[in-house]
Amino acid sequence: MELIMEQMPIVLRALNVGFLQTLKLFFVTLVGALPLGLVIAFGSMSRFKPLSFLTKVIVWIIRGTPLMIQLLIVYYFPGLVLKNNIWGGGESGRFLAAAIGFIINYACYFSEIYRGGIQSIPAGQDEAGMVLGMTKSQIFFRVKLLQMVKRIVPPVSNEIITLVKDTSLARIIALQEIIWAGQAFMKGSQGISGAIWPLFFTAFYYLVWNGLVTVLLGRLEKKLDYFR
Amino acid sequence: MAILEVEHISKSFDRTEVLKDISFSMEKGQALSLIGSSGSGKTTLLRCLNFLEQPDGGIIRVNGETLFDGADSFSRSEAVIRKKRLHFGLVFQSFNLFPQYTALGNVMLAKELLARERPDYKAKKKEIHGEIEAQAVELLTQMGLKDRMKNYPHQLSGGQCQRVAIARALALNPDILCFDEPTSALDPELTGEVLRVMRELAERNMTMVIVTHEMAFARDVSDQVIFMDEGQILEQGPPEQVFGDPKEERTRRFLARYTEE
Repeated sequence: MELIMEQMPIVLRALNVGFLQTLKLFFVTLVGALPLGLVIAFGSMSRFKPLSFLTKVIVWIIRGTPLMIQLLIVYYFPGLVLKNNIWGGGESGRFLAAAIGFIINYACYFSEIYRGGIQSIPAGQDEAGMVLGMTKSQIFFRVKLLQMVKRIVPPVSNEIITLVKDTSLARIIALQEIIWAGQAFMKGSQGISGAIWPLFFTAFYYLVWNGLVTVLLGRLEKKLDYFR
Repeated sequence: MAILEVEHISKSFDRTEVLKDISFSMEKGQALSLIGSSGSGKTTLLRCLNFLEQPDGGIIRVNGETLFDGADSFSRSEAVIRKKRLHFGLVFQSFNLFPQYTALGNVMLAKELLARERPDYKAKKKEIHGEIEAQAVELLTQMGLKDRMKNYPHQLSGGQCQRVAIARALALNPDILCFDEPTSALDPELTGEVLRVMRELAERNMTMVIVTHEMAFARDVSDQVIFMDEGQILEQGPPEQVFGDPKEERTRRFLARYTEE
């Protein structure tokens, strides 16, 4: 116990640095995947058959394979197969590769949630907009979007909470996020080695962050309670 | 000159003929009621007028302007159809109010969006907004909803919702206002307040096409009644004739069901 108290400041500092990288990946993924998901949703709902077919195949592949493998492919494929490592060797390259893998993966999941949300809005909303002379985009942005958002907050919340934890998968391409930072003390780092507790300790970071996320999303849900 | 001329409109869904050679016309300020059993094609006819369905053939003219001609390869671009739609207003059976807008917001939204297309919009934004709001307030007041303007649709009764929907349609000053069974989703108690509003509109000579199952209302308010059966117009004329002295056996049988009650 005494030893742990001694090690604590060093470990916390390292875990904080790792968690910062975790948060960065989390936010970059959300900023990229939330809008990209909408584009993919429109693609899969397109009346132009080749486009909707292609989109559905992509969504099938992305949702049908492990994110971990997708990350490995994004990171290693250019270097190993194309003989051109576009990511470079450093942390920033690994981050970029991880972010791209995460954004594509989460956008596909979001797209299906969006599609469900859009298709659950009664056709009468479209028709009311049309007979009032509104354009298709006005009907979407002024009438349907907020109704869709209201409906998808619970399933999207689920995905966002999963994303917080999924960021740990970036460890597989040695992104220096919090799991990587915790593991370092097993192998030995800053004079501490063979310590497994820092790795366990990382769970608190996820737990606290997800608590915060849950509260915020709950507030958003309440905010949209003014209409039905 | 007739405000609305419909000539030889036909429409099929897959192989089912829903409208067969429909022709009629009406004068400005008239109220026309479409009656008939469910599945007779009344609603489809109304949807064709509002370009929610596209007829397979025939002609639709408003104020002498051809809006639809099945023989022409007419433009189907969204912008063209949008402009044509504005000749008509449509009140739905299920209201279809926008749930995230207040009653006032529902009435104002479309007009505000249209106003943006005006060349002087940027310069006179405030003024235009003020005009639109004043008009919406007036319309809702006419509908007896003065103290309900800030309410959201889910806070209103069905009858109130339908009156908001009527105000919303009127806000765009359509030449012809169409009603698709406006009271069918309402309790008998709430039906009266909607019919009262429609009666007032008829008295103020709003041109209206009304699909309805309220026979007493159709009889009182309409200038012309059309009885449809299996996609055809079986009988048309002034209400006294269609209700009082129907020529067709089918019409008599249909009306008998209502008088029995």
